[in-house]
Amino acid sequence: MTTATRALTTVSTSRRRRRVKAERYRYNTRAGKVFDVFNVALLTAIGLIALFPFVFVLVRSFAPEAELESSSFFLWPKAFTFEAYNSIFSTPAFPRALITTILVTAFGTVIQLFLTVLMAYPLSKRGLPGRNIIMSGVVFAMVFSGGMIPTFLIVKDLGLLNNYLALILPLAIDPFSLIIIKNFFQNLPSELEEAARVDGASDFGVFWRVALPLSKPVLATFALFYAVAIWNDYMSPLLYLNDSSMWTLQMFLKQVTSASNLQSAQQDQPGYVAPSEGVKYAVVVVATIPVLIFYPFLQKHFAKGMLIGAVKG
Amino acid sequence: MSIQKLDTATESLLVHETGSLVRSPRPRRWLATLNRYKWFYLMLLPGVAYFAIFRYAPMGGAIIAFKNYVPFLGIFGSQWAGWQQFEQLFGGPDFARILSNTLILAALNLFICFPLTIVVALLLNELRLTVLKRSVQTLIYIPHFLAWTIVAALTYLLFAQGSGVLFNFFNGVFGTHVDFLTSPGWFRPLIILQSIWKSTGWGTIIYLAALAGVDPNQYEAAVIDGAGRWSRMWHVTLPAIRGTIVVMLILSMGSILNTGFEQIYLMTNSLNRGVADVFDTYVYFVGISQGSYSYATAVGLFKAIVGVILIGGANWIAKRLGQDGIF
Repeated sequence: MTTATRALTTVSTSRRRRRVKAERYRYNTRAGKVFDVFNVALLTAIGLIALFPFVFVLVRSFAPEAELESSSFFLWPKAFTFEAYNSIFSTPAFPRALITTILVTAFGTVIQLFLTVLMAYPLSKRGLPGRNIIMSGVVFAMVFSGGMIPTFLIVKDLGLLNNYLALILPLAIDPFSLIIIKNFFQNLPSELEEAARVDGASDFGVFWRVALPLSKPVLATFALFYAVAIWNDYMSPLLYLNDSSMWTLQMFLKQVTSASNLQSAQQDQPGYVAPSEGVKYAVVVVATIPVLIFYPFLQKHFAKGMLIGAVKG
Repeated sequence: MSIQKLDTATESLLVHETGSLVRSPRPRRWLATLNRYKWFYLMLLPGVAYFAIFRYAPMGGAIIAFKNYVPFLGIFGSQWAGWQQFEQLFGGPDFARILSNTLILAALNLFICFPLTIVVALLLNELRLTVLKRSVQTLIYIPHFLAWTIVAALTYLLFAQGSGVLFNFFNGVFGTHVDFLTSPGWFRPLIILQSIWKSTGWGTIIYLAALAGVDPNQYEAAVIDGAGRWSRMWHVTLPAIRGTIVVMLILSMGSILNTGFEQIYLMTNSLNRGVADVFDTYVYFVGISQGSYSYATAVGLFKAIVGVILIGGANWIAKRLGQDGIF
């Protein structure tokens, strides 16, 4: 062990000892202990409240219809059944909505991320003439919009009503994500670009072979954010899809869960069958699971993504 | 750098040789720039087209707020109507109701959700059991990623008349017969409950990040000065996140009219519309459902312009207070 390392170790141990002492001072009063117990209990309760609806819905989706209609509270059903899942997957409407949503989400994420990255890269070049004008345009679009109706009319005039592109294109580039990705490109070391240039790469070559491979983790993060946004989108299908055979999962979910609680136009139609209670729970579970599956990946990155979100450039 | 210069030189040489535009030097330089950055401009093209079509064209399309839009005639063919739509909005019976609904929801959000987020962040910060802290954080961030349709569905399932567990619980305990989902009096509490459940956890992230940056020496110094737990929180922790609180407060003031379309729309029904209608949903109901395109556009335009003023003002105040603004 060299002298330098030994010195470093000594410093760090003494610092740790001091911190431990301070910690003891900080917390070991009686009031402090009472507070700690109270705090642990409260935060556990808060965590459970966040969790409760999921458990509640998951358990009930497996409960038999009779038990659901008895309207008593239970956290564990007397019997388990797949009745509700069988029934939603045996109708044509639900699997169709599910597959539609998966496809729209997959294609939409690719298109949106591609457009965003393609625009973000040139904007990260400080010397590019016209860059500032475009950036101001992007920022202005963040704070001002023409509103729902003019956007709807533009989409309609483009012939995109009842077209899945209407769920993808109008929200293709999120200005916030664009600016964060732009800032990321801006902070890439310029030596790499110069090296590639010496090897004869064009601007596009540098982007394709140097910048993109380096930004894979960032792009993965934003792909997830875009995917969740498309998956969760309710407003776009509500505005742009009139044909109920084209409905996405969220439209289907809304229709099924609000049925029979409230009067809706559909209920007055002949041949309408109100969904059973179990079906509602099963649909909610199926719509939630994909987000929960991707959640660990999202969680790994979102805090970072949110904190580098300072919109400066 | 030298390569770039070389590039430009070769390009201007090329332009000379092909003989196009040798007459005046100005357009030639312009062309050379275009050529030098051709890849960048090519890459910008789809994005610029996107902003032009889906962000700026609707801004232009908002001129139908000053027209009587008829679908058959289109945006340009429709007759001018001057301020008629705005007169209808400000003179009509709906305006006061929508404005107050929007502002009440914003105020509830500001006085309940906003401080609650800070309190939860402070409590999490005081938690020393790292495992518990991580687990609670993991749990309370999840709702942020769920769709409003799912939040609304959960609300329906919990509060529905007859089958809802919480419906039966509350009405059983208090011996009442309140139908939460259609009662106008319960609309706002339900909305606030949803907002708390969905966004409180997520909102703590930004405060926790600020709290992580507090120098532990400050706590030690405070202890030596005889500060108890409460005064440490008051004199060390809170000042450390004061800047963040101010910025978040100002930002939320700036977006006071943005109640969010999906949440409100999904909880609106014919019985609670009196308290439920806010600017965003009102635009949808009169515009898309009833087809009064021009009037709905005027309502949206009013909201958007007030929104820009609020955000600009909030940003200006943030900068005056020595904080980083949002732009």
